[in-house]
Amino acid sequence: MSRRVASRCAVGFAALAASLSAAPVAAQDQPLAFVNARILTAAGADIANGTLVVHKGRIVAVGASAQVPADAVRVEARGKTIMPGLVDTHSHIGGGSGGDSSAALHPDVRLLDSFDARSSALTRALAGGITTVNVMPGSGHLMSGQTLYLKLRGAPTVDGLLITLDDGRIAGGLKMANGTNPLRPTGPFPGTRARSAAMARDLFVKAQAYRDKLKAAGSDASKRPPRDLGLETLVDVLAGTRTVHFHTHRHDDILTALRIAREFGFTPVLQHVTEGWKVADEIAKAGAPASVIVVDAPGGKLEAVDLSLTTAGVLDKAGVLTGFHTDDYVTDSRFLLRSAAMAIRGGMPRDRALYALTMAGARMLKLETRVGTLDAGKDADFVVLSGDPFSVYTTVEQTWVEGRKVFDLANPKDRLVAFGGLGATSNETMHMHDAEER
Amino acid sequence: MSVGTAGCGALFAIVGLLGAVTPVRAQIAVRAETIHTMAGAPIANGVVLIRDGKIERVGPAAQVQVPAGYREVAAKVVTPGLIDAHSVVGLSGYLNQPHDQDQVESSSPIQPELRAVDAYNAQDKLVEWLRQLGVTTIHTGHGPGALISGQTMVVKTVSPLSSRAVLVPEAMVAATLGGSSLSPTKAPGTRSKAIAMLRAELIKARSYSEKQSGPEDKRGDRDLRQEALARVIRKEIPLLVTAHRAVDIQAALRVASEFDIRLVLDGAADAHLLVDEIKRAGVPVVVHPTMFRAGGETENLSMETAATLHKAGIPIALQSSFESYVPKTRVVLFEAAVAAARGLTFEQALASITIDAARLLGVQKQVGSIEAGKDADLALFDGDPFEYTSHVVGVFIDGTQVSDTIR
Repeated sequence: MSRRVASRCAVGFAALAASLSAAPVAAQDQPLAFVNARILTAAGADIANGTLVVHKGRIVAVGASAQVPADAVRVEARGKTIMPGLVDTHSHIGGGSGGDSSAALHPDVRLLDSFDARSSALTRALAGGITTVNVMPGSGHLMSGQTLYLKLRGAPTVDGLLITLDDGRIAGGLKMANGTNPLRPTGPFPGTRARSAAMARDLFVKAQAYRDKLKAAGSDASKRPPRDLGLETLVDVLAGTRTVHFHTHRHDDILTALRIAREFGFTPVLQHVTEGWKVADEIAKAGAPASVIVVDAPGGKLEAVDLSLTTAGVLDKAGVLTGFHTDDYVTDSRFLLRSAAMAIRGGMPRDRALYALTMAGARMLKLETRVGTLDAGKDADFVVLSGDPFSVYTTVEQTWVEGRKVFDLANPKDRLVAFGGLGATSNETMHMHDAEER
Repeated sequence: MSVGTAGCGALFAIVGLLGAVTPVRAQIAVRAETIHTMAGAPIANGVVLIRDGKIERVGPAAQVQVPAGYREVAAKVVTPGLIDAHSVVGLSGYLNQPHDQDQVESSSPIQPELRAVDAYNAQDKLVEWLRQLGVTTIHTGHGPGALISGQTMVVKTVSPLSSRAVLVPEAMVAATLGGSSLSPTKAPGTRSKAIAMLRAELIKARSYSEKQSGPEDKRGDRDLRQEALARVIRKEIPLLVTAHRAVDIQAALRVASEFDIRLVLDGAADAHLLVDEIKRAGVPVVVHPTMFRAGGETENLSMETAATLHKAGIPIALQSSFESYVPKTRVVLFEAAVAAARGLTFEQALASITIDAARLLGVQKQVGSIEAGKDADLALFDGDPFEYTSHVVGVFIDGTQVSDTIR
C-alpha cells in the first residue's frame, strides 16, 4: 500500500479554502476544518450541518457552531456525511498467523510477528471506513495467540500501525475459541466441548500459580519462577490488562465461555455470538461485550444454523455492549457499514447501530478515550461518506486516520481496491481461518 | 420449457400442504405505491390482480377496478418474484455436512447424466430463506468443482416440491474450467488437459447425436451421458461454463465456437478484461455475486462488472453462486442491490434478477415480469427493495402467499 505522504507544498498553504478532494493529506501544521457537513458524532445527536476541526492528528472541535480557527484550511463538505472511523473488533486482514498444530493453546504466540502491513486488505478495510482494527489469529485452537490492535495509518510496516498504551505496552488481546473449530480428532487437541473447557481451565490454573509465585517473589529476582512468555500473557488476562476475544457461536458455548471467564475473574469480549439472541440476558448479566458477525444466510457450519439478523438488536436491548466485526475474509471489510445496516433491518435502532460500529468497538478494545466518537481531544479518525452510512447507495469517499487522509476514492489506486478490478487484491492471500481450521 | 399446465387443476388441491403459511389461493388484489412491472415504466399507485395463480391485470389504481371478492393486500413496493440465475441451493444444504452436500459428485470428472432434480431438497432451510427474501425462481443444480458436474434445472422455491414447480427439468449442462475442477492426482490435472477431455467428450456426443438421428436399427444403445451432451450439440440446451480466469473464459469461448454450441458464461471474474471477445461471441454472462470474495481465481473481480458488461450490450443476470462455508448461500436481492450502487441503474439491477434472468434461462414467457397471463410470482417490500434497511414483507408464488415473514 503506497500512501501518498504528499509534499505539502502541492497543497498550497496559502489557500484558505479547498475542495474535498484537494484536502491536505498530511497531518497538518495548520488546522483543517470540514464545513457544512452532516456529522454523526456517535456521542450525541446527529448534526445536520456542522463543522469538524482537526489539528495535529486530533479533533479540535466539532459541532453545529464550532469555531473555525482563523488559520484553518476550510474544506467544503456540503452534501457529505462525516462519522467516526469504524472499529472492526475481529479481522484477519494482513494474513497474520497464530499457533500451529503442536498444541491447542498458544498464549505465547504473537500475531505481531507475522503481519503483512503491505497487504491490499488494509486498503480494503480503509475503503470500508475502518480505521481501528483488532487483527487476530484463527479459531482453530482453544487459544491461538495474541491479537493486535492497529490503527490503519498507511505505514508500510507493522510498527507504524501499532497502538502504544500509556504503560508502554503494545495494544492487543488474546484469542480464544470454543465450539467445533478447535476440535480435532487427533494430536494435542480436544475432541469434545467439555475437554476444551478443561484444557483452558488447566492453563489458567497454571497461570494463577505462576502469578502467585511472581507475587511471592516480589522484588527478589532469585525467587522468581523461570520466565514463561505464555503464562505471563495469561497473568495479564487475570489482571484484566489483556482482553480475551472469545470466538463462540452456539448458546451453550457462549455460556461456557462466560463460565470459564467468571471462574478466573476476567471479562471476555464475545466474538460472533451467532446464538447470542438466545442468551442475551445471561450475557448482559455477565457484563461481557459482544461483537456480532452479520452474514447473509444461516448455516454453512452446524453452529450457525440458528443465525438471525435480530441478534445485534436483541443483545443491545438486553443491555449488552454490542458491536460488529467483519471476520474478514468471512465478510469483506468493505462492507462493515452494511453489517450494521442489516442489523437495523433486523430491528436494531439506528443510533445504536452507529454506536456499535464505532464507540462500542472502541470500548471493547479499551481504546475509548482515543477513538470511537467525534469528540474534541480524540484522534482525528473519521470517514467522509457520500450519504447516509446505512444506505446501499452510499460510498466511502475518504478515510482519515490521525488527521491524515489514508484512503481517497478519487485516487485511482484506492478506487481499484474499493471497487475491484485487475490487480486489486493480487498481494492478498485468502484467509478464511475458520474454514481452514474447521 | 416443459411446463405441465394440464395438471394445474389437480394440483390446486395439494397447495393446501404448502409450508407454515396458510396458503390463500383466493383471487387477490395487490396494491402498491410503486409497482416495478419490468415490462415498461414503474406504475405509481398501482394494482396487480391475481386470478387462479396468474396475473390477471396490472395498472394504475385509477384504471384497474378490483372485482368483488378479491382479497386485498397492500405494500409500498412490488416487484416480480426474484430470479437467481445460478445457485446450488437445494443441493448444497445449509448444514454443510457431507450428507447434505450433493452439488458435486467427485467419483469422475465428467458426469453430464446427473440431474439436479434427483438431488434437489426443496425443504432445505436455504430454500425457505431465499423464498422469504423474495426469490421465487432459482436456476440450481450441480455446481462448480468438476469438469462436467451434471445438469441444472429451473425451479420455483416452493416446498415441498411439486412437478409444476419445476419450470425446466434439464436446463443446462454445468461445466467448470480452472482451479476447482483440476486434481493433483487424477485427470484433468491441467487446464489444457481439461479442454482436451472436453473436446473429446463433445466429439463423442456429436457422433452419438448423429447416430441417434439415423435409421432406428443403427442407433445403438441409449447412453444417458451422451444423450445429455447431445442436447448441447444440437443447441437444445446451453453449456454453462463456470470460469473466472481470462484464460479459462477464452478457452470456453474457443470450444463453444469450435463445436457451434450455445454457451453461457458463469462467474467470469475476469469478464471485464474480455468484453469485446464475449460481446463478439454473443454469449450471455451470469455474473458472479457482486460481493463475492476476491482472491485466488477471483482476485481480479470487480463490483462493476455487471455494469461494464451491460453497457457493452452483453446479456447479464446475477447469481448467488456456490459458497463452501459461511454464508452458505448468497441472496440475489442483496447482490443486485450492490450492483445498483456500482454502475447499474436501479431498473437494470432489478432486471438482472427478474426479466433479464428469465430471458437468460428461457422462462421469460412465464416469469420475470408482472404482465397479464404470467405466473403470479411477486415480492412485496416496505421500501426501496435494494436498501439494506428495507424489508421483504410478503411473497407470492403462483398466486399463493408463500411467505408473510418480515425479512
